[in-house]
Amino acid sequence: MAAFHFELVSPERLIFSGEVEQVVVPGSEGAFTVLANHGPVMSTIRPGVVEIVESASKSSRLFVRGGFADVSPKGLTILAEQAIPVAELDAAKIDAELRAAEEDVEDASNDAQLAAAQLRRDQLRELRSALNL
Amino acid sequence: MPSLKDLRNRIASVKATQKITKAMQMVAAAKLRRAQLAAEAARPYAERMEAVLANIAGNMTPGTGPALLSGNGRDNVHLLVVCTAERGLCGAFNSSIVRLARERANALMAAGKTVKIICVGKKGYDQLRRQFEKQIIELIELRSVKQMAFSDADPIGRKIISLFEAGEYDVCTIFFARFRSVIAQIPTALQLIPAQFTAAESAGGAQAAYEYEPSEAGILDALLPRNISVQVFRALLENAASEQGARMSSMDNATRNAGDMIKKQTITYNRSRQAMITKELIEIISGAEAL
Repeated sequence: MAAFHFELVSPERLIFSGEVEQVVVPGSEGAFTVLANHGPVMSTIRPGVVEIVESASKSSRLFVRGGFADVSPKGLTILAEQAIPVAELDAAKIDAELRAAEEDVEDASNDAQLAAAQLRRDQLRELRSALNL
Repeated sequence: MPSLKDLRNRIASVKATQKITKAMQMVAAAKLRRAQLAAEAARPYAERMEAVLANIAGNMTPGTGPALLSGNGRDNVHLLVVCTAERGLCGAFNSSIVRLARERANALMAAGKTVKIICVGKKGYDQLRRQFEKQIIELIELRSVKQMAFSDADPIGRKIISLFEAGEYDVCTIFFARFRSVIAQIPTALQLIPAQFTAAESAGGAQAAYEYEPSEAGILDALLPRNISVQVFRALLENAASEQGARMSSMDNATRNAGDMIKKQTITYNRSRQAMITKELIEIISGAEAL
């Protein structure tokens, strides 16, 4: 399978950079899979799991939060505010995120804020059930 | 003419000072390496972010778009975010940033604009307080922060945005020292709101026909606030590296000065000791001759 260049960057450091075969991106309007020669897309991402397939035998999963994905002819770049390997992820971390999101819902002072906070809370709930933690 | 004991004491005290400055220099050197690595590690994110924003902004008609990008059309109230260190003893590091900010503030006030100041770091606050007591709206201390993390910069970014949305100011500029090398830190003023992109990047903008999810404006809305935080984060990292660099070179100077001083004092000490011995000998000999 053809490979393309993929980079995962957080504000603090470059987390992943290399040639990969396939990446599943949790886009805000639905997850999508990026293969080589994908058309240029720019999408915000929701909290979720990025699945990186480097080769048939080697793949990894990372939890990302807040950011966006940029598919260009040069490859795929994900800018994430936070990225944690799924192996290091546990129920406590997600619960903490979820609690923060629930507080945001309660604290929201206007409609736009409320909608954004609710969306985030629902996404996290969904993620939590998906991971079966 | 100081006595021998005075001289001895003075030499001992300069030696003690030299040990302290030497230790500070070495600590700064170690911290500098870490700060530099952190600044370099953060670069890819900020660069990508800027490229993408420039790309989208380049495609938009000027004057439209969200207020964070194009400003709110006014130019009356300026917010200056002055980032300095929490500690002194780092040469002209703090003063040079403060001087740049002060010049800007004075120029703006002379032009009849209103100035508001947020100080990040205690040293800048101490220096600016004398002249701009009324203009300073907040002091953010990062004293407890050892290694600058994005979570330290994010609240500052949010604060800047919420003030903007509340209509507290029209233009926001951040002041910090860009790290060039150990001996050169350049005090820099960077305009955050309205966002400015270098012409070269905007020119290379419209190369690919992107598909946007959810929409161009939606992405821009999500990105711009984050970009502010990223810029603040970057400024703080550059500042941290610059501070350690400045401290290292100024402590190096101090150590060398102390060395020179010790050498000079030792010579004076030896001279006056010899003079004393000679004097005593002369007294003894002339006493013996008189008999």
